[in-house]
Amino acid sequence: MQLIPCPWCGPREEVEFHYGGQAHVDYPAEPAALSDEEWAKFVFFRDNPRGPFAERWSHAAGCRRWFNAVRDTRSYELLAVYRPGQERPVTT
Amino acid sequence: MPAQTNLPDHPSFLWRNPDPAKSYDVVVVGGGGHGLATAYYLAAVHGITNVAVLEKGWLAGGNMARNTTIIRSNYLWDESSGIYEHALKLWEGLEAELDYPILFDQRGVLNLAHSLQDVRDSVRRVNANRLNGIDAEWLDADAVKEVCPIVNVSPEVRYPVLGATYQPRAGIAKHDYVAWGYASAADRLGVDLIQNCEVTGIETTDGRVTGVNTTRGRIAAGRVALAASGHSSELAAMAGVELPVQSHPLQALVSELLEPVHPTVVMSNAVHVYVSQAHKGELVMGAGIDNYNGYGQRGSFHIIERQMSAAMELFPIFARAHLLRTWAGIVDVSPDASPIIGLTPVDGLYLNCGWGTGGFKATPGVGDCFAHTIANDKPHPYNEPFTLERFTTGALVDEHGAAAVAH
Amino acid sequence: MTADFRLPAGGRIDRDSALRFSFNGRSLAGRTGDTLASALLANGVHQTGTSIKYGRPRGIMAAGVEEPNALVQIAEPFTEPMLTATTVELYDGLVADGLSGYGVLAAEPDPSRYDAKHAHCDVLVVGAGPAGLAAALTAARSGARVVLVDDQSEPGGSLLGTDDNLDGRSSDVWVRDVITELDTTPGVLRLDRTTAFGAYQDGFVLALQRRTDHLGFDAPSHVSRHRIWRIRAKQTVIATGAHERPIVFADNDRPGILLAGAARTYLHRYGVQVGRRLAVFTANDSAYLAAIELAEAGIDVPVLLDARQEVPPGLSAECAARGIEVHPGHVVTGTEGHDRLTDVHIGPFGGGQADTVGCDTLLVSGGWNPAVHLFSQLGGTLRYAPETGAYVPGESLASARVAGSAAGTFELTTCVEQGIDAGRAAVTAAGFTPAAEARVPVADVRAEETAAAVLWRVPGGADDRAFVDLQRDVTVSEVERATGAGLESLEHVKRYTTIGTAHDQGKTSGTVAAGLVAEQLGANLAERRPTTFRPPYTSVPFAALGGRDRGELYDPIRVTALHDWHVAQGAEFEDVGQWKRARHYPRQGEDMHTAVLRECRAAREGVALMDASTLGKIDLQGPDAAELLDMLYTNMMSTLKVGRIRYGVMCGIDGMVIDDGTVIRLADDHFLLTTTTGNAAMVLDWIEEWLQTEWPHLRVFATSVTEHWVTVPLVGPKSRDVLAALAPELDVSNDAFGFMTWQDATVAGIPARICRISFSGELAYEINVNAWCGLALWEALIEAGEPYGITPYGTETMHVLRAEKGYPIVGQDTDGTVTPQDLGMSWAVSKKKTDFIGKRSFSRAENLRPDRKQLVGLLPADPSVLLPEGGQIIEHDHLPEPPVRMLGHVTSSYDSAALGRTFALAVLRSGRDRIGEKLYVTKDDEVVAVTVTDTVLYDKEGARRDG
Repeated sequence: MQLIPCPWCGPREEVEFHYGGQAHVDYPAEPAALSDEEWAKFVFFRDNPRGPFAERWSHAAGCRRWFNAVRDTRSYELLAVYRPGQERPVTT
Repeated sequence: MPAQTNLPDHPSFLWRNPDPAKSYDVVVVGGGGHGLATAYYLAAVHGITNVAVLEKGWLAGGNMARNTTIIRSNYLWDESSGIYEHALKLWEGLEAELDYPILFDQRGVLNLAHSLQDVRDSVRRVNANRLNGIDAEWLDADAVKEVCPIVNVSPEVRYPVLGATYQPRAGIAKHDYVAWGYASAADRLGVDLIQNCEVTGIETTDGRVTGVNTTRGRIAAGRVALAASGHSSELAAMAGVELPVQSHPLQALVSELLEPVHPTVVMSNAVHVYVSQAHKGELVMGAGIDNYNGYGQRGSFHIIERQMSAAMELFPIFARAHLLRTWAGIVDVSPDASPIIGLTPVDGLYLNCGWGTGGFKATPGVGDCFAHTIANDKPHPYNEPFTLERFTTGALVDEHGAAAVAH
Repeated sequence: MTADFRLPAGGRIDRDSALRFSFNGRSLAGRTGDTLASALLANGVHQTGTSIKYGRPRGIMAAGVEEPNALVQIAEPFTEPMLTATTVELYDGLVADGLSGYGVLAAEPDPSRYDAKHAHCDVLVVGAGPAGLAAALTAARSGARVVLVDDQSEPGGSLLGTDDNLDGRSSDVWVRDVITELDTTPGVLRLDRTTAFGAYQDGFVLALQRRTDHLGFDAPSHVSRHRIWRIRAKQTVIATGAHERPIVFADNDRPGILLAGAARTYLHRYGVQVGRRLAVFTANDSAYLAAIELAEAGIDVPVLLDARQEVPPGLSAECAARGIEVHPGHVVTGTEGHDRLTDVHIGPFGGGQADTVGCDTLLVSGGWNPAVHLFSQLGGTLRYAPETGAYVPGESLASARVAGSAAGTFELTTCVEQGIDAGRAAVTAAGFTPAAEARVPVADVRAEETAAAVLWRVPGGADDRAFVDLQRDVTVSEVERATGAGLESLEHVKRYTTIGTAHDQGKTSGTVAAGLVAEQLGANLAERRPTTFRPPYTSVPFAALGGRDRGELYDPIRVTALHDWHVAQGAEFEDVGQWKRARHYPRQGEDMHTAVLRECRAAREGVALMDASTLGKIDLQGPDAAELLDMLYTNMMSTLKVGRIRYGVMCGIDGMVIDDGTVIRLADDHFLLTTTTGNAAMVLDWIEEWLQTEWPHLRVFATSVTEHWVTVPLVGPKSRDVLAALAPELDVSNDAFGFMTWQDATVAGIPARICRISFSGELAYEINVNAWCGLALWEALIEAGEPYGITPYGTETMHVLRAEKGYPIVGQDTDGTVTPQDLGMSWAVSKKKTDFIGKRSFSRAENLRPDRKQLVGLLPADPSVLLPEGGQIIEHDHLPEPPVRMLGHVTSSYDSAALGRTFALAVLRSGRDRIGEKLYVTKDDEVVAVTVTDTVLYDKEGARRDG
């Protein structure tokens, strides 16, 4: 069970959090302009790397705010957390 | 039904350990149940024996070694019940087919309903199953108690058991025996089973697959078939194919060996637990997937604690059973909880993934249909609906809503 | 009652105590401080049961958790399967039996309580042996918050099983001093009888504390029997000691064959001699100590066989001085005996002159395996140490370090030093300045003289009786058979043979098996992948993991402010999510069917009311609220005027309906949304997700106000009269208070917000008041409605009323594959908006198919036949052989008082084109003829809603 450093509240138990999948997938500016293939990509396709992954979490049982994290999907180690709208930090 | 003190012995010879050849007609990537079954049917049904199964670790050491071995076919939609029932029929003859004691035991599966909507969904599924020729019954709580006397059907529990769907032909098998049965049968037919051989690249020329690079060198291949469950995304990406699947940890656990108490398999979606008592006597339990992506073959312990609470609700007599071992697999979950099996945009590259938590029970069906797809460069009718394109057209086979737990 | 094998002095047991217990039907006596195993041995009982596969007699082999043989079933005080006799503390009245591999569950519920507790600390130390105590003391002196857990009944670890001195005094004194200091240092939590069984990332360690087991029948019922400790530690020191491993030889499984270190423990800790005449077989120095100390205790130890040609000179001399013949280069080749060992066959390693030694006990030592389980669980890599034949921790971890024999160090003073070092390193890493270097006590332990030899088994014997895993009854022959079958991976061999999968999880067999496999394959063990250690380290009761989260505490029960009233009226309830909702209010002698018909009639003909407080309510405020709503709902919400109400549908991005409800506009920048009961939390999360992650520029706040309000729909032609009576200042006329508008007013003296909405098609007023005033409102309505026969109704009646009007329920008439268009709600899908969530998906190929399933009504040909919800719709007037084409299914089905017949809602392929068609619905083993109709079956003109 992970200890997740909420950027607003500090480290909290994993049970307080809700997972939101890949980060930095923007809602298309003009969905109507997309082909079916492009729209399907937005709706159903997400990266699934083995290694560092920029993803979204929400501190659902805490401050209820969303944030982004870079987490290694092999070790589950959180390499960085950052607020929505911020650039993905460089992690090693 | 007494516990079997002595499981049948494995045969005194299982398989050769050949070095990879330079080239194969078909390279199957992933030496789990699906990969091994696919290789077996390629050789046995289609006469394609110049086949290698490449496994990065030890054969059947991934999800095949980690699942809770539940076998059933009572899925809601025609498409799903089609392929799962095809698998179940193959299970029923598999011991003879492979000449291996796979310990397929049709002890029945109960899927419990705990709310009025669960009841509606269950009855709907039972009706659909029967029209598809699948044995299915709706049982009220008293009948549940008759099938499985240890289930607590009292109204005092937080979410009382209102009834269950029951598939008598469903059951369990012994996973290692199944995998090794396929492996040794494939080996006898000339398939090379190559372990400790990780695929590091997929070669294509003019949109056609030509071979794979591995930790044991380059291997040329006329066709490449991916059967790597949680690692499918990474492999497909090597050929430039994106997949709509996400890899998650799925945990399971066992107790010590116990005198027989549990005659069937019980699954509950609403309270997230499923339990059977394996052939040797241990209680085998699983829960839902961990919600985050993960390749670590481990999950978070609170999932297990929650599942134990649910188990205590349903099976008070389990209180002093002991947790002996926990583990996790990596399951590849698709958006509609249905698999993806078929062709890809790359010629000669075939895909079998997205089984999520349902892969084991489909093993013979997948092997048969995937082999057919590879041999004919055309899907078998049973896997025709499970295309990658369905996510574009919207023709999903959505087993979330009404199909009870997806295990 | 005799205890023939209890020595006259020594041990940590209370010699003034007298405990009676029963084992395998025999009444025996023991002492406080005994384990079941030590008490059995004190009574001369070695055999505990027979083996699982071959039925061979098996006895106590170890003194701790690594015990592979002595599995017991507790019968009293309460049935518990499969514990090890070596870890069950003895208490008066214990009744236990030996097991042959299978435990038995109790038939009755466990009366005990279980709970869990969290602990946070800077340094967690696992193990209160010499290394752990030193680490804990060092950390505590540095001011760190320390948690020290140990699985034994008292601290001391390996010191409990030796007679070693520290600083010239019994090690007891040192242990007591350390404990006294720890117990008086603030911020230190010390937990005995607590096993750390799982180590996870970010310093999370789970431990099981056995709080009352040792009290037996005297365990107080109000104290939890077991407690799970969820410990978060910045740093962890693993000082878990080591387990001795045996050497495998033919007939190595007879009762009377023990690990050498266990015999020392029984001697020193329990004052028990494990036999009358002992032989010792070893490949390292440590077993010499057992031989010497047991001989000193007056026990006959005729021979010590050392597989090494070169034996330790000092220890050998000590043996000789005590009459122990040391045989260098000798091994045990076999044994005799049935229930108990009688003879040991010995001979030179590699063959030669054989001999037989008569003895009732054989002590064996093949070396020591560090207990690296927790380290491995943390992802630490293990390294094979060829010099000791053991896996030891490889590279260190950032937040965990290993000290003492768990790190592969077996010399006492070095263990203490390592503990101090680990404690210093841990507090430093946790941000503290380590206290001044603690003094290392001077031990009188004999140093190792001769390097250990690694010997997995004695070759050349009867391999089919040479047991590698005693609990699984797996022999050397079976391991050979596995490698012969083509298996090269240890994991395959484990599965082929089942080695290491029993209750002990291979604590004594795992490394030996790995060694044998490597030997047979001609491989170098150092180059092979070690097996993975998975939690738990030792077994944990299911109930302990379930904790308090059972019954009512399994999941919160949510009730409305009116719940007690419903209970008092004898309502039947249904679970809707976490809520308890009144389903119907049966009167004397009524079944649900009768009650619902009566409730429906009241709503259609007079006046009725229900508790709809569970409906999700979300308060949405901010200048951009309308813009957000336009994206969330399929219909246009920004054009809604203040004072008015609009029904709305929400879809996922895949275009499928996820919820519906009403939106009321309170001000330009202020809305109140309602959701379905079950989806309230989901919808709030959905809104927050879009707001925070996609459209953070929108100035909107969303707040759940579900529980702030009690919501009471007052329904029926007489509802206007009832409301008018209670709200004299409100103009309740249709002109002044029109459909789909809301007004604030005072009802029965209570400030209320009243909405003219109707989920039944009848004239209706949904009255919302502060939840604290809910009961007052309800009772006032009941009283005011009394002249009109006002009737409370439940969810079942609500379902019937809405279905008669064709209103779908999300989650019942939809299943995540249904669009608004499928529901016949194209009118609620805006054509004007350029976008909203789900819109783009509507134009996908699958959404444009003419044969999509659409919501329709079904009327059974026989108006008294109730269709089963979940029944499938087919074209055949009989049940043909499968497969049968299914056209859709029944989603809702009721008997209608208003229609005087049964009816149903269904989703049906090309449903709207089939209106008027005759089809069939499966019901049990038959089919029922139905006619497809429009969804609205009652008051198609909508004339009733205005009263």
